[in-house]
Amino acid sequence: MRLTLEFGGGLDLLCNSVKIHHVDVDPKTGEDKLSMRDLLSWIKSNLIKERPEMFVKGDSVRPGVLVLINDCDWELCGSLDAVLEEKDMVVFISTLHGG
Amino acid sequence: MDAGIMNGGASSDDILREIERLEGEKMEIENRIHLLQAQLNSKTALDASRKEDETASCPKPPANSFRNGDVSGEGLRADMIYRYSRHLLLPDFGVEGQLKLLKSSVLVVGAGGLGSPVALYLASCGVGCLGIVDDDMVELNNLHRQIIHVEAYVGKSKVKSAAAACRAVNSSIKLVEHQEALQAANALDIVSKYDVVVDATDNLPSRYMISDCCVLLGKPLISGAALGLEGQLTVYHHNGGPCYRCLFPTPPPTAACQRCSDSGVLGVVPGVIGCLQALEAIKVATAVGEPLSGRMLLFDALSSRIRIFKMRGRSSHCVVCGENAVFTQQNFQNFDYGCFTQSPMSDRSSPKLNLVPESARISSKDYKELFDKREPHVLVDVRPAHHFKIAAIPGSVNIPLSILEGKLSTIDLALEEAGQVSGKHASLYVVCRRGNDSQRAVQYLNSNGFPWAKDIIGGLESWAQDVDRTFPIY
Repeated sequence: MRLTLEFGGGLDLLCNSVKIHHVDVDPKTGEDKLSMRDLLSWIKSNLIKERPEMFVKGDSVRPGVLVLINDCDWELCGSLDAVLEEKDMVVFISTLHGG
Repeated sequence: MDAGIMNGGASSDDILREIERLEGEKMEIENRIHLLQAQLNSKTALDASRKEDETASCPKPPANSFRNGDVSGEGLRADMIYRYSRHLLLPDFGVEGQLKLLKSSVLVVGAGGLGSPVALYLASCGVGCLGIVDDDMVELNNLHRQIIHVEAYVGKSKVKSAAAACRAVNSSIKLVEHQEALQAANALDIVSKYDVVVDATDNLPSRYMISDCCVLLGKPLISGAALGLEGQLTVYHHNGGPCYRCLFPTPPPTAACQRCSDSGVLGVVPGVIGCLQALEAIKVATAVGEPLSGRMLLFDALSSRIRIFKMRGRSSHCVVCGENAVFTQQNFQNFDYGCFTQSPMSDRSSPKLNLVPESARISSKDYKELFDKREPHVLVDVRPAHHFKIAAIPGSVNIPLSILEGKLSTIDLALEEAGQVSGKHASLYVVCRRGNDSQRAVQYLNSNGFPWAKDIIGGLESWAQDVDRTFPIY
């Protein structure tokens, strides 16, 4: 399944400072759907190059990270259980505090 | 003027500082004269009967009356019509919008990169009462982004500086200077006097504190943030929308909280977000348009992209604004926001770590001594490469902490070379900007084949302070 992943607010630093990633992620063997839970675990093993604790906590994202699926807060689409579709755009943003 | 300058014993630095101080005072006096002249010009019998009180507050005008003589009973005074004519020409804003603005009061928390355009725009567009709260002083390294401040105010109160700039733009509005840090102890008192609050702060605990305070007092909160080349903007606790805690019930780990003083910020980025905050404040204060409530705007300066996404609604479980929330004003005043977020309520203070034993540390002065004695050694600078390019101690070798692990052979080689020249065993020192990363590096080196490696206490900041006063600080 082709997805576009975007990392912002400093999370890009965890993936070689690359913000936008066009990736191909397949559902786990024996399953026909790809959930956000599966995607997070895929990102953790395939994209995050350093300090994974800056991205994930338990099986979800760490506090302070907003997740958007097609420009919508993932809390409105099922969070970890949200099912992804071909060409979906998933954005991970760390909240900023500077000024 | 101090005696040193009077009797001619002052250094040129002292004299320059004194000139700056006097220039600042001169500007303030000029601003005051300007203000008085403007008052004189618009003086009428009506104004005389509405002498504004001098207390630091924005009193609510009694129903059906208008404040400060800005507005006559039926509408705008002639000089106001001229000043705000371009607003009045907007069919969606018009006289009604301007009258609402003139009757509104807005508190800007923070007179920094975000607060600069917010305060300037809100003052110039005629917000009736504008409060600015900050306890910080203007520094030279603020001026690239905090455009409300001028050189003459370096070393002086940001609130005084910002208020003077706002007065210079519009002497007809009421400006309230709160020269103090907004904290749980004083926030309820200060915030309660305003209709709308703008969060233009630079740290995490203040963001939670301001949001909680706005929920308790029922004030809409215009929240902006900027760092590096990115910015974020939203309106909290407005039209049934979420508060900051609905979105972030648990604070992020301290390591995830980057600061402008560490990560840098392109000056215009907080400027863009600040302008948008001013816009949202105007919309909320006048009930014109559709405020950015329940939505968040993300700004990426590098790719010139703005993304607006739909946020979750108010959380029924929110401990502050949720259905069964029991968070009282008393709870708020006793709440330790620094402890809750594990970070200080200021961008200025930086944590000082103590990771390695005394024996693995050396002061910058002691290092200078052995440097002068030409003791054979290698100095590894573990800052990122772009920091190293700003300034470095001559002869130091740049190996960023993030790649140290793979560069141990480089250190071995450098030590060997340094030893060969003198025929003695070369020692190994590590330096960074403030003395934290150097300890992390020494910790690693000590247990990976370099048990004698030492860190320079306090890093380059201490070098600049105690050894080489000409060394640039950043």
